[in-house]
Amino acid sequence: MRPLLEIKDFHVAYGKVEAVRGVGLTMQQGQIVTVIGPNGAGKTTLLAAAAGLLRSRGQVIYDGVDLERVDVEERVERGFCLVPERRELFGDMAVADNLLLGAYARRRHGSEVKQTLQQVFARFPRLAERQKQKAQTLSGGERQMLALGRALMAKPRLLMLDEPSLGLAPIMVREIFHIVASLRELGVSILLVEQNARAALETSDYGYVLEMGEITHQGPSAALAHDTRVATTYLGGAA
Amino acid sequence: MTPDIGLILGIDGIATGSIYILVGLGLVLIFSVTRVVFVPFGDIVAFSALTLATMQLGRMPGTVYMIVTLAAVACLVEIGHHLRRRQPRRIVRGLFYYGLLPLIPAAIAFFTAGANMPSWLQIPLAIALVVPIGPLIERIALRPLADASVLLLLVVSVALTFGLSGLGLLFFGPEGFRTKPLTGEIFRFGPIILSTQTLLMVASAAVFSLLLFLFFEQTLIGKALRATSVNRIGARIVGIRPGNAAALAFLLASLLGAVSGILIGPTTTLYYDSGFIIGLKAFVGAIIGGLTSYPGTALGALLIGVLESFASFWNSSLKEVVVFSVLIPVLLWRSLSLGRVDDEDHEVEE
Amino acid sequence: MSRRAAIVLALAVIALLAAAPFYATSFTITLLNYIGIYALVALGIVLLTGFGGLTSFGQAAFVGIAAYSTAWLTTAEGASPWLGLLFALASTGLAATVLGAVTLRLGGHYLPLGTVAWGLAIFFLFGNFEALGRHNGLANVPPIYIGSLSLEPTAAIYYLIWAVLIAATILVANLLESREGRAIRSLRGGVVMVESLGISVFRIRLITFIIAALLAGFSGWLYAHMSRFVSPAPFDLRMGIQYLFMAILGGSGHILGAVVGAALITLLENALQDVLPLFARDGQQLEVIVFAVIYVLVLQFARGGVMPFVLRLVPGAAKAPIVAAAPLPRRTMPERGTALLSVERLFKRFGGLEAVSQVGFDIKAGEIVGLIGPNGAGKSTVFNLITGALTCDDGKIFFLGEDITRAGQRRIAEAGIARTFQHVKLRPNMSLLDNVLLGTYPRTRAGFFKAALRLDRQEERRARFEAFAQLKRVGLGDEPYGPAGNLPLGRQRILEVARALAADPALIILDEPAAGLSRVEKKALVDLLHSLRNEGVTVLLVEHDVEFVMGLVDRIVVMDFGSKLVEGTPAAVRANPRVQEAYLGSVA
Repeated sequence: MRPLLEIKDFHVAYGKVEAVRGVGLTMQQGQIVTVIGPNGAGKTTLLAAAAGLLRSRGQVIYDGVDLERVDVEERVERGFCLVPERRELFGDMAVADNLLLGAYARRRHGSEVKQTLQQVFARFPRLAERQKQKAQTLSGGERQMLALGRALMAKPRLLMLDEPSLGLAPIMVREIFHIVASLRELGVSILLVEQNARAALETSDYGYVLEMGEITHQGPSAALAHDTRVATTYLGGAA
Repeated sequence: MTPDIGLILGIDGIATGSIYILVGLGLVLIFSVTRVVFVPFGDIVAFSALTLATMQLGRMPGTVYMIVTLAAVACLVEIGHHLRRRQPRRIVRGLFYYGLLPLIPAAIAFFTAGANMPSWLQIPLAIALVVPIGPLIERIALRPLADASVLLLLVVSVALTFGLSGLGLLFFGPEGFRTKPLTGEIFRFGPIILSTQTLLMVASAAVFSLLLFLFFEQTLIGKALRATSVNRIGARIVGIRPGNAAALAFLLASLLGAVSGILIGPTTTLYYDSGFIIGLKAFVGAIIGGLTSYPGTALGALLIGVLESFASFWNSSLKEVVVFSVLIPVLLWRSLSLGRVDDEDHEVEE
Repeated sequence: MSRRAAIVLALAVIALLAAAPFYATSFTITLLNYIGIYALVALGIVLLTGFGGLTSFGQAAFVGIAAYSTAWLTTAEGASPWLGLLFALASTGLAATVLGAVTLRLGGHYLPLGTVAWGLAIFFLFGNFEALGRHNGLANVPPIYIGSLSLEPTAAIYYLIWAVLIAATILVANLLESREGRAIRSLRGGVVMVESLGISVFRIRLITFIIAALLAGFSGWLYAHMSRFVSPAPFDLRMGIQYLFMAILGGSGHILGAVVGAALITLLENALQDVLPLFARDGQQLEVIVFAVIYVLVLQFARGGVMPFVLRLVPGAAKAPIVAAAPLPRRTMPERGTALLSVERLFKRFGGLEAVSQVGFDIKAGEIVGLIGPNGAGKSTVFNLITGALTCDDGKIFFLGEDITRAGQRRIAEAGIARTFQHVKLRPNMSLLDNVLLGTYPRTRAGFFKAALRLDRQEERRARFEAFAQLKRVGLGDEPYGPAGNLPLGRQRILEVARALAADPALIILDEPAAGLSRVEKKALVDLLHSLRNEGVTVLLVEHDVEFVMGLVDRIVVMDFGSKLVEGTPAAVRANPRVQEAYLGSVA
């Protein structure tokens, strides 16, 4: 079966520094794949470049199509979406508006969009409660839910999540990873970048470890979770 | 100053203020979507009036040549852009929007030059002729700088107003024009004398304000436009193209500008360079509204209109000084109330 | 090109200029006169906008104020033009001080809009006073006399104009190489870093603004006594825009950009006046359009102007070696073990997010303390609160007994705290040495006058020696003159450490100094920080590289989700299961 996503020999330069060096990864439809690594490893750069927001060298092949001349907005139209590290919500606008704009790429399907909105509200009841509030008044966890909800409005096939647990309280972290795991039922394939290695490996099928811009280890998540090299990457020396 | 005179000045001020509301709305619309302080906007207003005036004199308006030139340049820019990205199929679309569409009213104006058309035909034609100017300039001079700082965009705008007034002189000549009054009727309410002209101006300001408000608050496209300026990256990752948003914003604003020009035409003599001053005064009003709020802009514009009216009564040659001097404390107030606008100052060059 | 060669070239050009009246036509000399006086204004804009980052469209107003001042004084009051010069500069300076104090408070794009406002207002004022001749202007302005020599002939005033321009260029060049000049150059790119070094951004901006206005004023005086007629027309907004674009076109990042831009635009205008009438009946009108097109193209494709292209053709200048000098005075370090920094119940909220909640800890003099925690824990926010870049919503901060909770960055820098930033804040276009020299600002004194007249050389040598010493100490002494932007990110962080050290602090706060460093470099950094501790400097640092921190610090404070989790020795912290959970994450 043809992979949903293939990244080959990917290089991304950040100013004069190469933040991502020769990275390769593959994803099948229906998988949850994670990229873990310490802070500054280049995870965010990798996702941003894969989404088309940054210039890169190398190939990103989505559903068999080389995305070289496909711009960010068109990738979204094809179902390849990103929830960035900084969420990039429309802070000054209402929660409901943020969600509706998430479906902008599908605006021609008016009634379907309404249906999707109800589904998102069902999954995130707290957003329904706060739908008239401005996005910037939400708490950290609620913002993360809004960012996820907004991305789901586009009915993505492949969703890239950049550090969904960033800045969240432990209870929220648990909830978010529950939700990420449940997205599989919707048929969404997920590329998950995380600093929280344990949670990420618990939730995913396959994992890559990114260190200083390069993939150093990879393997089925269950195996990586027990790999002592992973712990060393994070805590240094004996844990 | 007697109360009667005060009343007349006040009404006059509200009338002028209504024009400034429309122009201010256009400025805020453009800024709120693209972060460009579009200084040449006033020129579009003036050109609209000048276009109608020349048509009323039975001549072909120079705007036709202006549109042809701008459309040609825009098409070249579009072609170059898509070729560089190796997306030649997009060129056809580009040529349609930036080449064919603007040329249609230009062609009509060209062929009907000299024929004496009734106002209800001339006015829409004048508007249709002028409206493409905004989007064309956006495509040529501003789109390539879409990621630049607000400051750089401002400097480019200033350069553009230079150029536009030059084009104005070239295509309209140095004479002043005044359009025929839209209607001649006058109403009397006790001591208050209102011309339909004034009523029309005030009504237009109210109607367009309402329409803009509804557009941005209720429609998805309007929200998408707003979103582009609230968070550009956020807009892109939900599939909103900032370039298209900018083009639409400029188009709507141009429409506002063109209508403003038609309304202001009968009230005063306009020259090829009158636009700059009009734009600047409307800008002062918009700044009072913080360049972001429509009600604030409306209020500010009215204030400026009234201020100008009373200032000109006191000393007509100093009225400009008064209005521009007001800008400084307003800028100060706005700058302080918004706190640090940009933490990192942006430079003109890299 | 060596310094000697550059001087020879300059002298050759000056000689050519001096001989011009003998081989060039009178028309050419007139053209050169205009280029000269325009270049003076453009020079001010290069300083103000190119180096200082403040865009002004209103410089023509200052030219006008000066021109009218001297014209009025010499015609209505019959004074000598030299007195007119004093009067012109005084009125321009006064106007600049007032307008600057107001306009410079404006941030971002409001500032140039403000300059448009008063530029227009002043222009309209010119045409409104009887004493200034309204729209007819003032005529019969007397020429300048040096003794009995009249500068009325074109060739005579030519020498004065170019002498003034050359002198001004030299003075501004001297200024830019000095302490205050570096402060001016540091303005572009952000206010936070500059204030954290103890530099008053407002003061530097205001003085730069006044200098630019005075240069414009001088130009106005020369103009008045050259054309001997003053009317409002040359001081309108259009001219103000033209002056700005002279600087941009010539290259606003370089001193010579002023004269290059002035020359290009004046010559172009002249050429267009001959050529355009051939194209159209009213070819004149095309002139403005041509200029507008050029301006837009330059802004789109060549924002740096012409000078960068010229400089690429010229071989690079060899830089002067750094001479040994007496060290700058040092502060007395507090006794090891005394209370240095005390943080109590810090609280900071951003919108709906509690970024820092009830954080408190103490630091004693001579310690190295590490602040660690996962991403988003609030560590950098704590740093920003301590150093005054942010104000806390609640809580207290004491340094050496002084309450610095509400103190601004400058006060805190003066008190003896130096810092580096999580997102490196350097000036990439300035050299390594210059970046570190910025750190010495509070330890040096030389002001604007001394700098322009090169009377600051001794102090400057001492500061350069100190900065170079710090560079060598952190291992960056090989190419002190290289641009900071060429360094890889990790070494840029080290450069920031050198800059912080150049301030001779009692407490140095480092925000992720090791990010992006190789193993070897990290070892060198550990050695450096240990040697600092031996000198009595206290170190507080934030780091992600836990191994790096464990081997370096005396004590660790662990943060998570905005609060303090645990505090203790490295061994104790590492063994703490709550810390392990915080870092490796909890299971969903």
